[in-house]
Amino acid sequence: MNHPASEGPAGAGPLGRSLTRVEDAALLRGLGRYADDLATPPGTLHAAIVRSPHAHARVLSVDASEALAIKGVRAVLTGEDVKRWAHPFPVGVRGAPMEHWCLAVDKVRYVGEPVCVVIAEDRYRAEDALDAVRVEYEPLKPVIDPEKAATEDAPVLHEAVGGNVVNERHFRYGDPEKAFEEADHRVSIKVRFPRNSCTPIECYVVLGHYQPATGVYDILSNFQGPYALHSVMARALNVTSNRLRLRTPPDSGGSFGIKQGVLTYVVLMGLASRKAGAPVKWVEDRLEHLQASSSATNRVADMEAAVTADGRVTALRYDQIDDCGGYLRAPEPATFYRMHGNLTGAYGIRNLTVRNRVVLTNKMPSGLNRGFGGGQMYFALERLMHQVARRLNLDPLEVMRRNLVPTDAFPYRTASGALLDSGDYANTVELALRDGGYDELIRRRDQARAEGKLYGVGLCAAVEPSISNMGYITTALTPEQRAKAGPKNGAVSTATISIDPLGGITVHVSSTPQGQGHQTVAAQVVAEVLGVDPAGILVNVELDTGKDPWSIASGNYSSRFAGAVAGAVHKAALKVRARLANIAATMWEADAERVRFEGGKVFIEDGPSLGFHRVAGTAHWSPALLPENETGGLRETAFWTPPQLEAPDDDDHINSSLCHGFIFDYCGIEIDRVTGEIHIDRYVTCHDAGRLLNPMLVDGQIRGGFTQALGVALMEEFAYGEDGSFLSGTLADYLLPTAPEAVEPVILHTETPSPFTPLGAKGVGEGNNMSTPVCIANAVADALGRDDIRLPLTPSRVRGLIGIDEPPAPEGLEPLAAPKAGGPALQARDSVEVPASPQTVYDTVLDPETLRAIIPGCHALELEGENRYRADVTVGVGMIKARFAARVQLSDLDPPRSLRLSGSGDSAMGSASGSAHVTLVELDNGHTRLDYVYEVDVGGKIAAVGGRMLQSASKIIIGQVFNRLAQRLTGKPAGGLWQRLRALLARLFGKGGAS
Amino acid sequence: MRAPAEQRHAIELELNGETRHGSAEPRTQLCDFLRHDLGATGVHVGCEHGVCGACTVLVDGVASRSCLMLAVQADGRRVDTVESLARDDVMNDLQQAFSRHHALQCGFCTSGILMSCVEYLERVPEPDEAGVRDMLSGHLCRCTGYTGIVRAVLEVAGQRRTGESQQQALENRNDV
Amino acid sequence: MKAASFDYVRAESKREVLQLLHEHGEDARVLAGGQSLMATLNMRLTQPKLVIDINRVEELNRIRNERGHLAVGAAVRQVQLTDRAELAREVPLLAKALPWIGHFQTRNRGTVCGSVAHADPSAEIPLCLVTLGGTVVLESLKGKRREVKAVDFFQGLLTTDRQPRELISEVRFPLAEDGADYHFQEIAMRHGDFALVALALCLRADGAHLGVGGVADRPVAQTLPLGDELPDALNTLAWSLGAQDDVHASAAYRRQLVRELGRRLIEEPSHARTR
Ligand SMILES: Cc1cc2nc3c(=O)[nH]c(=O)nc-3n(C[C@H](O)[C@H](O)[C@H](O)COP(=O)(O)OP(=O)(O)OC[C@H]3O[C@@H](n4cnc5c(N)ncnc54)[C@H](O)[C@@H]3O)c2cc1C
Ligand code: FES
Ligand code: FES
Repeated sequence: MNHPASEGPAGAGPLGRSLTRVEDAALLRGLGRYADDLATPPGTLHAAIVRSPHAHARVLSVDASEALAIKGVRAVLTGEDVKRWAHPFPVGVRGAPMEHWCLAVDKVRYVGEPVCVVIAEDRYRAEDALDAVRVEYEPLKPVIDPEKAATEDAPVLHEAVGGNVVNERHFRYGDPEKAFEEADHRVSIKVRFPRNSCTPIECYVVLGHYQPATGVYDILSNFQGPYALHSVMARALNVTSNRLRLRTPPDSGGSFGIKQGVLTYVVLMGLASRKAGAPVKWVEDRLEHLQASSSATNRVADMEAAVTADGRVTALRYDQIDDCGGYLRAPEPATFYRMHGNLTGAYGIRNLTVRNRVVLTNKMPSGLNRGFGGGQMYFALERLMHQVARRLNLDPLEVMRRNLVPTDAFPYRTASGALLDSGDYANTVELALRDGGYDELIRRRDQARAEGKLYGVGLCAAVEPSISNMGYITTALTPEQRAKAGPKNGAVSTATISIDPLGGITVHVSSTPQGQGHQTVAAQVVAEVLGVDPAGILVNVELDTGKDPWSIASGNYSSRFAGAVAGAVHKAALKVRARLANIAATMWEADAERVRFEGGKVFIEDGPSLGFHRVAGTAHWSPALLPENETGGLRETAFWTPPQLEAPDDDDHINSSLCHGFIFDYCGIEIDRVTGEIHIDRYVTCHDAGRLLNPMLVDGQIRGGFTQALGVALMEEFAYGEDGSFLSGTLADYLLPTAPEAVEPVILHTETPSPFTPLGAKGVGEGNNMSTPVCIANAVADALGRDDIRLPLTPSRVRGLIGIDEPPAPEGLEPLAAPKAGGPALQARDSVEVPASPQTVYDTVLDPETLRAIIPGCHALELEGENRYRADVTVGVGMIKARFAARVQLSDLDPPRSLRLSGSGDSAMGSASGSAHVTLVELDNGHTRLDYVYEVDVGGKIAAVGGRMLQSASKIIIGQVFNRLAQRLTGKPAGGLWQRLRALLARLFGKGGAS
Repeated sequence: MRAPAEQRHAIELELNGETRHGSAEPRTQLCDFLRHDLGATGVHVGCEHGVCGACTVLVDGVASRSCLMLAVQADGRRVDTVESLARDDVMNDLQQAFSRHHALQCGFCTSGILMSCVEYLERVPEPDEAGVRDMLSGHLCRCTGYTGIVRAVLEVAGQRRTGESQQQALENRNDV
Repeated sequence: MKAASFDYVRAESKREVLQLLHEHGEDARVLAGGQSLMATLNMRLTQPKLVIDINRVEELNRIRNERGHLAVGAAVRQVQLTDRAELAREVPLLAKALPWIGHFQTRNRGTVCGSVAHADPSAEIPLCLVTLGGTVVLESLKGKRREVKAVDFFQGLLTTDRQPRELISEVRFPLAEDGADYHFQEIAMRHGDFALVALALCLRADGAHLGVGGVADRPVAQTLPLGDELPDALNTLAWSLGAQDDVHASAAYRRQLVRELGRRLIEEPSHARTR
C-alpha cells in the first residue's frame, strides 16, 4: 500500500539515501548515554519537590524544620531563598506585571506547582522528607475555563495584572470589512482545542552544580532548546549569561517540544545546588511530568469566513483565546504567533482580521509541543472550510481546490506576511488523490452508507511552517513596543567540522536531537561534500554553552534541522573542502577548481591522487607545504541565517518561518454505532517537504507525528476538574496510542525544493500533528452530519454525538443526582435509614464522642470552637489510604430537621474537602431517614491518579460516616444502598436477584 | 528471608550471564538497582507504575516490569537486560532488524521492547501482525508509530523459521 | 516516585504468611504479582510496615481440578492459566477473559488471587468469578478457614470481605456446565486498559446469565430472560448499576453499552471480539 519515499537526488553520494542510522548501534544495545545514565560528581545529592495540591491558593507558610531533621536530608530550598538569589522569569509581553518564579513565593496557581525542594542523600530519602514539610495554604477560587477566565468577575490569578487577559492584539490585513460585506455567504464556527502533550517517554533530568568560586551555574539537562531561552534562565538566575553553563547529554529520550519546559527546573536545581553546597540531581517522575511539565495550549477559536456563491473564501475572521495556564512561560504566547504568517493556511485569501487574547487559568503552564500552534490553528481553519462546503452544499474537495494558492504565485506573500517559499499545491492534491485511491475511498463510503453504516471522509490541506523566525514572537508586541525593544529576527544555525592530524572527521552541531537521526544526516552531508565514507565520520551532538558554538536558534524545534542545521553543516563542509582543494592544488601546482573529492581520495581527473587523510594531515603536519593564506590546523565553523527572516514590519506583517511545506491529507473512517469506536479505514498523507535528505528518516518522522496526532484526535486530553484538580495524572489516565491502536498511513511525497535553504530541504517533522486531528474530526463530522466536534473523539463522546436515547429508569432506580455544571467535581446523594427518632439522631450527631466514632479512621478529635474540631484521620479505600490533618465542622443547624457536616484536610497525597447537607425525615414507623447530599473536592495526587475511582471512593467514605452513625444508634450496620438494590432487583427479577 | 526497612540487604543474581553482587533496601525498585548499583543503564525508566514498559527485563526468562519488582525479589534469580543481546559486539538478528526498519528514534522505549520481543518470539514462533501488536500493547513508544517495530519482529520471526541468516536477509533486501 | 520504607519478608510457607498476617494485620500487605501493589507503593498511596512476599511459596502455586471446580492458588500467575491448554474446556469463560487483562508482560507476573484481592471494579477475573458463582477461600492462623461466595466477597470499590489477618489461599471457579455457552466481551479505551464496560456471559437454553464489570463499584451478574423481555430486563440491569461519569466515559454511555452490547452478545454471541 505504501508508496515508497523517493530516493532523492540519486547522485553517487550518500545524500538523499535511506541510510540506516549511526545512532542505532548504541541505542539498540542499551549503550545510549541519556541524562540519567551519566556519571555524577562525587557527593551528588538528590532532589524531590514539594508541589501544590491546590489549583489556586495563597501560601501562608512553609515549615521545613521537621524535614530537615530527617536522617539523610541535607537542605531545603524555599521561596525565601529563591527571592534572595534569583529573579522571576522574563515574560514575553509588556505591561503585564506578573511574576513567575521557579518556586511559588506568594501563591500557587496550578496543581503541581513547585513549592519547595528537599535535597537529600538519595531520592528515596528526599521523598520521605516531602511528607514532613508543612505548608499552610489558604485555598482560593480557581478558574479553569479560558472564556470564563477572560470575564470581569473571574478569580484573578495575578493581582498585580488586575485580570487574566495578559495580552490582547488585533490585526487587520487587506480589507476584511468590505469582503464580509460583499460576501454571498458568511459561515462561522466555534471550536475548542484541548490540552494534550506529546509526552516523551524519558522525563526531565537536571544535574545542577553551582560553583561558588566563579559564580558559575554548571547545569546538565536534557533541555531541547531553543537557546534563546538560555537568556531567560540566566536572567532568572541573576547571573551574566556566560555564568550559566548549560550542557546537554549525548542522547535524549524524546522531547517533541516538551523538554523546552525543563527551563524552570534548570534554574531551580541551580539554586538547589547553591543551597546545598553540592551538586544536586533531579529526575522528574511521571506523576510530576504529567501534572506540571508542559502542555499544548488549549484554545477557543471563533471563526468566520466570507464566501462567494461558488465557494471562494475572500476573507477570514479569527477571534481566539489561548489558555497558557498559571504563568506565561517563555516562549509563550508563541503558540499564536508561530502560525501568524500563515493564518490563511494553504489558501490564497487576501483579507484577514485577527483578535488574539492570551489568558491565564489555573493549569500548568503551556509551551512548545510538536506541531506548535498548528494543531490549534488548523483545527479551526479546516473545520471551517469543511463547514463552508456543508453550508454551500459543495464537495469539501471542490472548496479546497478553488481556494488553494495557485502554483504560478510562488514564492507567495500571504496576507499576514509569510513568504511561502515554494510549492505546487494543486498538483500535489491531484497526485495524492490519484496515488492514495481517493475515488475508491469515496466508493467505499457510498457502499458502507448503503449498508447502513456510519462512514465519513475527511480532508485537510495545511501549510507546514519550519525554521522559525526568532522574531515572530515579537508580533505579540505592538509596533511601538517593538520599536523600543529593538528588532528581533533570523534563525542562526551553527555547525563545526574538525579534521584531526590523521584525517579523522568530527562534526559538531548545536541541534540537541532527541531521536531524529541528526548524526546520520550530518554525516551524510559531510560525506557527500568531502567524498568520504559516512561511516567514518563522528558527529557530536552534545552542546556545552561554555565551549561550543551556539546561538539563540540552537536546539531542536520548528523542524529546523534539515533546512537550517544540515545547511550549516553543508556550508562548513564546503569551507573545509575549499581549504583542502587549495592545499592539494598548491601541492600539485594545479587549479583548485579541478580538485575532486571521491571515494576517500583527493585527486585531479587523470592526474595526481592522494588519500583524503594525507591531504588533511598536511594542514597539521606540514604547514610548510601550505599555500599562502592557509593558517594550518583544520576546523571550520559555519553560521547560517536566512535573509528572508525579517522582523515584523509596522503593519504587523511577519514572515514567521523560512520554509513552508505542504500537506494534503484525507481519510475514511467507520464508526461503530453502538460503541462509538472509530475505525480508520484508510489514512492518506501526502507531503511536499522540499528535498528529502534521508527518506527513511522522513517517513519515520511522519509515522511518529501521525501516531501522536491520532492520540490527540481519539484519546489524549489533560483533564481538569471544575475545582482545578488535575485528573490525568498517570499513564493509565492520560492515554497514548499503543501498537494495536496505531494505524499505518499511506505516505506519499512530492518534492518542490525550497529556494531558501542550502540543500533545498524543508522541515517535515510536525505536519501530521497539524493536519491529522482535524482531518479525522472532519471525517467524523461527515459520518455523523454534526458540526459540534470536540477532541478527543473518545468512544463515549462519539456515541454521545450519535445520540443516546435512553429508555427511562424503572421505578426506584432513578439516578441519584446529576452534578450541576460549574460546581465541585463530585456531587451525589444517598440516604440511610436509622431506627431512632429524628431528635435522638440529631442529638447523637452533635455529641463529639459520636463524631469521633463515626468519622472513619479518626485517631484524634479536638474541639476548636463551637461545633468545630481539628481531627487526625486516616481514610481510604482498599489498600489506598492517606492520613489527613483535618478540620471538621457542623453548621446550618436546624434541629431536628437538618444540618451540614463538612470537613477539609491536607495530606501527603493531596487535599480533600467535602460537605454533606443532611435532612432528617421521620418515617411512619418512627424511624428516621437521613437524606444526604454531598459534594467533594479533591486535589493533588489523589485526584491525579485516582480519577477512575474518585466517585466510588468518596461514596464509600461518606457512606461509612452515615453507616457508622446508624451502627452507633442500633448496634448493627445499616442496610446500604447496595443491599437495598439487591432487594429491589430480587423483586424485579423474581428469583435470586443480582448475584 | 527477613529484611528490615532502611537497611541494605545482600543480593546475588545472575545478570546477563554473570554472577553479580549488590545490596539494596527492601523498598528499592529492581530497575533502580539494576541501573544505579549494577550499571545496567540500558534498563530505562519511564513511569514507575507499570504502564510504559521501558523497564522491561527478563526475570528467569520471563518479560517483567522491573519497576514493579523489588530488588530483593531478584535475589537468586536470573535477570537479562538489553545489554545481553549483542554477542562480541555484533548485534543479534532482532537488533539488526530494528535498525533496518527504523524501529527506533530516541531509543528510550527500545530496550524494554526488545526484551519483550525476545520472550515473545520464543513463545510464539509464528506470530501474525495482530499478535505482535497485541504483545507490543504493553509498551509505549512515542517516536515511531510502531510500524517499524512490527515489521522488524515479523521479519525476524520469518527468518528464524526459514533459518535464513541475517546476512542473507540483508543481501536479499539489497537485491530488490 | 519511590515507596516509603517497609520491612520485607520472603515467606517460605503458607504458615509463615499466616503467622505474619496474624502478627501484623492491617500493617502488613501481601505481595503477589505486584502489578497493582507495586505501583501503589511507588506512589505512596499505601504505606504498609511489612510486605510479605508470597512469590516463592510453592504450596500456594497450585492449580487443581477437583470436585467440580478449578482451584487456583495464591501464587499462581495469570500466565499459568493462559498457558493451560485444558482451561478452554474447564473454565471457558476464564479462558476467553484472561487475554483481556492488561498485557502479556503484566500477566507474566500478576496473579489470579491478587486480582481478586485487589477488587478493581473493572477487573476481568472478579467478573468471571461472580458470573460463574465461584468462591474465595480465606485462611487465617487462628480463625476458621472460610469459603465465601464471590458475590458476597466483593463489597465495593477495592473493598472485600477479606479481614486484615486473612490470606486468600485460593479461588475456585466452577467448571463449565454442560449445555452452556460462555462468552466474553469488553470495551476499553485501548487494548489492555481497564474496561469501560466488560460483559461475561453464560448462555443457557432457558436464559442468559450476564455479568457486568466496569460499571458498578463491583462486578454484578444477573440472570436475564431471553426473547422479547430481554430489552426491558437489560434496561433494568443497566440502571441498577449506578453508573458514574469519569474522564473517559459518561454514565449514560456505560448504561447504553450494557443495553446494546449486552443484547448483541446474548443474541449474536459469535460476533464477540476476541483478543
Ligand atoms: C499496565 C497494567 C495494566 C493492567 N490492566 C489490567 C486489566 O485490564 N484488568 C485487570 O483486571 N487488571 C489489570 N492490571 C492489574 C493486574 O491484573 C494485577 O495483576 C492484579 O490487579 C493484581 O494481581 P497481583 O498478583 O499483581 O497482586 P498484587 O499487586 O501483588 O496485590 C494486589 C493487592 O492484593 C493483595 N493481595 C494479593 N494477593 C493476595 C492474597 N493471596 N491474599 C490477600 N491479599 C492479597 C495485595 O496485598 C494488594 O493489596 C493491570 C496492571 C498493569 C500494570
Ligand atoms: S517504568 Fe516500568 S513500566 Fe514504565
Ligand atoms: S523510539 Fe522514542 S519512545 Fe520509542
